Amino acid sequence: MSMTTIDPILEGRRSQPSQLIEVLQDVQEICGYIPQDAMKTVAKELGVPLMEVYRVVNFYKAFTLKPRGKNVFTICTGTACHVRGSDLLIDQVKGQLKVEPGDTTKDGLFTVESVNCLGACALAPIVVQNGSYLDHMTPAKLRKIIEKTRETKKKKEALNA
Amino acid sequence: MPKLNHCSDLEALRQKLQEDRKCIQSTIIIPNGTCCQASNSPAVINAIRKELARQGIDKNVQVHLTGCHGFCEQEPMILFEPGNLIYCHVTPEDAKEIVARTVKNGEIIDRLLYTDPVSGKKFRTETEIPFYQAQDRQLLAYNKWVDPCSIEDYIAVGGYKALAKTLTGIAPKTVIEEIKSSGLRGRGGGGFPTGRKWAEARSVPEDEKYVVCNADEGDPGAYMDRCVLESNPHLVIEGMMIGAWAVGARQGYIYVRNEYPLAVQHARLAVKRARELGLLGENILGSPFSFDVDVARGGGAFVCGESTALMTSLEGKVGEPRPKDIHTVKEGLWNKPSVLNNVETWANVPSIIVNGSGWFASKGTKGSKGTKIFALTGQVKNTGLVEIAMGTTLHDIIFKIGGGPKNGKAIKAVQTGGPSGGCLPVSKFDIPVDFDTLYETGSMMGSGGMVVMDEGTCMVDVAKYFLKFLQDESCGKCVPCRVGVDRMLEIVTDITEGRGSREQISLLQELAETVAETSLCGLGKTASNPVLSTMRYFADEYAAHVDEKRCPAGVCKELIHYDILAEKCTGCGVCLRSCPYDAIKGVKKKVHAIEEQICLKCGICVTECKYDAIAVG
Repeated sequence: MSMTTIDPILEGRRSQPSQLIEVLQDVQEICGYIPQDAMKTVAKELGVPLMEVYRVVNFYKAFTLKPRGKNVFTICTGTACHVRGSDLLIDQVKGQLKVEPGDTTKDGLFTVESVNCLGACALAPIVVQNGSYLDHMTPAKLRKIIEKTRETKKKKEALNA
Repeated sequence: MPKLNHCSDLEALRQKLQEDRKCIQSTIIIPNGTCCQASNSPAVINAIRKELARQGIDKNVQVHLTGCHGFCEQEPMILFEPGNLIYCHVTPEDAKEIVARTVKNGEIIDRLLYTDPVSGKKFRTETEIPFYQAQDRQLLAYNKWVDPCSIEDYIAVGGYKALAKTLTGIAPKTVIEEIKSSGLRGRGGGGFPTGRKWAEARSVPEDEKYVVCNADEGDPGAYMDRCVLESNPHLVIEGMMIGAWAVGARQGYIYVRNEYPLAVQHARLAVKRARELGLLGENILGSPFSFDVDVARGGGAFVCGESTALMTSLEGKVGEPRPKDIHTVKEGLWNKPSVLNNVETWANVPSIIVNGSGWFASKGTKGSKGTKIFALTGQVKNTGLVEIAMGTTLHDIIFKIGGGPKNGKAIKAVQTGGPSGGCLPVSKFDIPVDFDTLYETGSMMGSGGMVVMDEGTCMVDVAKYFLKFLQDESCGKCVPCRVGVDRMLEIVTDITEGRGSREQISLLQELAETVAETSLCGLGKTASNPVLSTMRYFADEYAAHVDEKRCPAGVCKELIHYDILAEKCTGCGVCLRSCPYDAIKGVKKKVHAIEEQICLKCGICVTECKYDAIAVG
């Protein structure tokens, strides 16, 4: 992560250890994960031991140490979603993409995550695709979305070739 | 807009805003909260705006975007004022007709009216709908009139009146007495009397004190706080200001879940607007009172909903709880006296100050006053946010407001209070919902999640679900929670996978009691509730799993198998295509078959088959 990217994030927060989580949130938002060099810079600039930065990154679910894929599917597994069959959605992606929640496909096209509740329980089960909420999801709907994403990628590749 | 330097400036602004609003002839109200956006409300809003412009009436009709109205299942909705007409499940394609017929000519489009799933009757106005009629909406009532991004809207409906009243003539001690006599108890789960908490914080002789709003609503199945903060952030800020005045704090924090991006955005904007008007900052409304609020995002850790963990997280550290021998009202954030209340508790404060404690105490039961918002979800027809006076029965909430079972399967339980609460069976549905009664029956109010379960839900699986959740979320600091939850999960997993024994059930009971007695923080102490309550009320389901190796609800994968019924299968191939594991074989128009070695019993084929040809055995 270059200094030009991290500089605006650190602006007005330098030497303030209490800003650690906020700074990391912004890094995660911009990079999609927390790169190692960003942790070192943040540790130095905020005056927090690198060990503590790593501990915070590890503790909170909002932070990931691995880069994420182009399409991030977040499956809500809150109680309301569970009762309405979010397990089926997990099975669907496990079967179709051959990855476990938290992992990224080998081609880097999909990352699947599960979250404990997104607070849109009335529309359960919920899946979030790159920030947009998809309500009343079923395995069939999810399968089609994944297929469509794959097709779009293939078409793009064909055009580029 | 110039800064407000006196209470009279605020009143003058309010009057001007109210006058301006009187000139508006016709308003289309479109809710645009998280749930609404998930249901495609932004496309509906765009389509309506385009149509109004195309048909040349965009100058006469105001499109008003608001937060959530609570009836999330019916989104996207549109309300027309005056007239209170409501349309449900509106699509962008409906916009042309809505503008031409309803907005221009006052005609009603029948197909867009709300149809009550119980009686099949159509309703024209919002107030007639049974879902709303059975409620007592005090906090949620504002949402209809307030654009969360507009401080002017909030002021026009009477916002910051309570603050002005407090600053001009109610001494801090009197504010605390008023809150005490209202009987307001913390809406976050603990139900601690708010006035007492404030009084304790006030009594500590420290110059630096803090008020904190807990918007880290991590309970799965609950989203009341998201809705209130997202839809009416100024209400929460005003409550915090009154609390700060009462305890003597100059700084406040709102700690919001990062999973609620819209709430974060609206809270930040509200703080900015309040600062611009001088409602936050130095010498508010010309008084000696100075106060400011910062918005902090959580990091996605459930344990940070616990008071001490939340405060540690606010300090930028790993959010682990600490022993509570010294209360946070004495030594909290940065070891200073801190008052932590959740969103809904803060939101109740302004109306208590304006209407008086007697008004608030007139609602509810002996030990639980006022109204409470619940997130009614799961297997009921009407899901959404429900605000009722304390003491309403579970039956009324689930059947009158919720409309009863969704899929034709009988309702068998309701889960209240999230991972700290429990599951109550139908036989307990006549109990009044308040803090004490729910606690006595083995559950708790929690923050207000209410997930309805029907015969298709396995209660042992529900216990397993919560234990998995808690295992995942336990911060690991204390042994009883870290190891105890792990061992409980092991036993429950054994039971759901057909390896359970009678001895394990008694061991589970003992473990659950030990974890409850010895854990460090409130989350560990209540972690056993889902297990204990399901064991207490659904002992027969545990017995079926252990003795007969059978899952009555047909959920536990190790105890069931799927069969394709030859007499019903048409060979359409839908199941074959839908199986993510390629476990179904067959040719078109011939009966298909499931290969047991490959089948992982996910059950997707059952949900996809239109002919009910796949049986669970």
